[in-house]
Amino acid sequence: MRPEMTAASLETAARTSAERGALARARLLRGLLPALSLALVLLAIAWLNPRAISYFGFSLMLNLAIPIALATIAQMFVISGNELDLSIGTFVGFVGCVTATWLKEAPLIGVVILLGSIFVYALLGALIHLRNLPSIVVTLGMSFVWQGLAILILPKPGGKAPDWLLGLMAFKPPLVPFPIIAALLIGFIVHFGLMRTSYGVILRGSGGNPAALGRAGWSLLKTKIVLFALAGLFGVLSGMALIGITTSADANIGNGYTLLAIAGVILGGGEFVGGRVSPIGAVIGALTLALAASPLLTFMHIPPDWQVAANGAILIIVLAARVLISRRER
Amino acid sequence: MPEGNADIIRLNGAEKHFGAVRALGGVDFHVGPGECVGLVGHNGAGKSTLMHMVAGTLTPDSGQIGVHGGIEANYSVSRAQQLGIRCVFQELSLCPNLSVAENTRINHASLRGFGWRRKAADLIAAKLDEIFPGHSISPSDIVGDLSIGRRQMVEVARAFTVIQDRLDLVILDEPTSSLDSHTAGQLLAFVRRFVAGGKSCILISHVLGEVLRNADRIVVMRDGKVVVADAASAFDRDRLVTAMGGAEARQRIAAEIAAAKPGASPLRVRARPAAQKDGTDLVACAGEIIGLAGLAGHGQTDLLLAIFAAASHARAGIQVTAPVALVAGDRQADGIFPQWSIAQNIGIRSLARLRNRLLISPQREAELAQFWQKKIGIRTPDMNNNIFSLSGGNQQKALFARALGSDAEIVLMDDPMRGVDIGTKLEVYDLVREEAGRGRTFLWYTTETEELDNCDHVYVFKNGRIVANLRRDELTEEKIIQSSFGDAA
Repeated sequence: MRPEMTAASLETAARTSAERGALARARLLRGLLPALSLALVLLAIAWLNPRAISYFGFSLMLNLAIPIALATIAQMFVISGNELDLSIGTFVGFVGCVTATWLKEAPLIGVVILLGSIFVYALLGALIHLRNLPSIVVTLGMSFVWQGLAILILPKPGGKAPDWLLGLMAFKPPLVPFPIIAALLIGFIVHFGLMRTSYGVILRGSGGNPAALGRAGWSLLKTKIVLFALAGLFGVLSGMALIGITTSADANIGNGYTLLAIAGVILGGGEFVGGRVSPIGAVIGALTLALAASPLLTFMHIPPDWQVAANGAILIIVLAARVLISRRER
Repeated sequence: MPEGNADIIRLNGAEKHFGAVRALGGVDFHVGPGECVGLVGHNGAGKSTLMHMVAGTLTPDSGQIGVHGGIEANYSVSRAQQLGIRCVFQELSLCPNLSVAENTRINHASLRGFGWRRKAADLIAAKLDEIFPGHSISPSDIVGDLSIGRRQMVEVARAFTVIQDRLDLVILDEPTSSLDSHTAGQLLAFVRRFVAGGKSCILISHVLGEVLRNADRIVVMRDGKVVVADAASAFDRDRLVTAMGGAEARQRIAAEIAAAKPGASPLRVRARPAAQKDGTDLVACAGEIIGLAGLAGHGQTDLLLAIFAAASHARAGIQVTAPVALVAGDRQADGIFPQWSIAQNIGIRSLARLRNRLLISPQREAELAQFWQKKIGIRTPDMNNNIFSLSGGNQQKALFARALGSDAEIVLMDDPMRGVDIGTKLEVYDLVREEAGRGRTFLWYTTETEELDNCDHVYVFKNGRIVANLRRDELTEEKIIQSSFGDAA
């Protein structure tokens, strides 16, 4: 029966390569979905208002995209460890208040406060791991702490961003608007760190199969601390970028970012559990949200009262498309 | 210490308790260099606990562990790896979100720095080529996209990869449970080459033939103790089964089946695989046990799922005349509700009967659970414990109880005996035949040819089609292999 066995295994090989082709196509399609939804939003904007597609138009429309992208990346780190951060929005607001007050008036103390807040994030990661607490509960609690601290620092809107930060955010490079360059930079740096480095694999593996990682001798405490510290770091960057654009702060300035960040990660092809995340996808998701949030809806002449609801509808449509495509993958 | 002739690992008087349950009661165990030790026993006999100790994932409550002749006071996973001891665990321990190469990186702390991806990919590809020639797995494949059999191949190959660290002993816990006979043969041949090269293996398998053919020495465990340890040549199948406390001999089964076979009974299922070109149907009548055979992944599961779906929504080409229940093969993914108790896991298929007006009656749920605990022998102090407090075989029993406790007249079994010990298997076989005697119909996909002995009729699948249709009296292993590999289709 030998020759027949060989024929059978050859046939199996052929079958599996076809199978793999189909899988790879489905995965590619899914990977392209964030880019596709961004293209769709851009097309819609171009159709409604062709003049918006210009250097100046993009600079204006994507004005707030950098802080949203940074907050989304922060959330993505937490999600890759199978956790969720409900405090990122108020944390961004807190950082904003520190940036507009301490960082301008007493830079050293400001820096210490910001580093300390990253350290607090790392501690939260340790606490969640050691006590086996649900991150949703811990971070929901922390969201009130950050908000309270923000109000203590800046009881009413005001303050002023440090001049160097204002200068950085007002940077106008030739040809390509600054927000687009910044988004590319953020996406590729994080992609390299999380997707290409050898420790990035361990970080993602801690979301994929924590038990296996523990058995292979890796510390899950360390991965969780690192992921939360990275979330804190990018939260700080997000808050600073936001104040660099708005020039002054308000304790409630970041409140909407919690849900925007979660939606951005999911829109970008991430999943809530299983360590499946994509940094470039997350940045694209953030850009899509930033565009769909107000420019698109304004061009569609949707009154501001309805914009939040319309925004939600766009989210549902894109996520439904994602589910349909991942179902075809099976 | 002279390392040349010292045991690779030696455990003296190892004991382990989990709460009130004694998992290990004073076990002596050792593995020498250049030998393959077969470890057999029922589920819950303590094999896995013992292996977790060898691998360093569990520490004994009392007793000593010595490696390469020296006593290890603080033995751990990383220490075991330094000393060249690795384990392929029964539950798949790959990260499904990572690629094959990235999963290799997880087991090698030294795979880092510039060019690590290339190195990891080359490492795992070379080992896969060595163990499973013609495997068709690429290092860049995402593990979650691979079939369960290929995942097991990756996991086994990964355990044998070496960079600069030493490798003396590999524990293989049910390494062939998800492999078809061809790849299983490749793996076992590799194990023999590995052992011939002076390294050692511990082989845990419920396929007794595998252990008898490939081990040099066999250790039999029962109830947390070693009952016999002897050279493999001193054992035959019957002695092994007797030592394990295996309940019955297989002859009785065959006799029983041959005895009582009613004539015409009502039709329960008539189904045609989607890829079937000729007019062949799978036909099952009341009281029949129908086997679905062939190599793993050739359309058997697809047909079972199609029949399951057809029970609620009519489908072209499939006729189903009674309620259906499915016993899943991949119990972690498709069978178990991990957060629920054993009783809840059993009751979920029978909620209509457990209802008291609008609510589920806890009393009726408990009664159902108690009944099946007795009937099928689920070993637990309390059915309200979480399902994960059970060993693998007992979890599978709970899934059987879910299907058999329901109103289903047709039970679909998707290779449910994967990684289940022989004692449990024999108990379940008895139960299946008893239930078939009462008129239930079983459609049974299995990768173990021995299980087909329980069937009245066997359909062999290849490339999603039925290629042979064998009655019990014409059923032989050769015939099945012949049709699975034949080029008829």
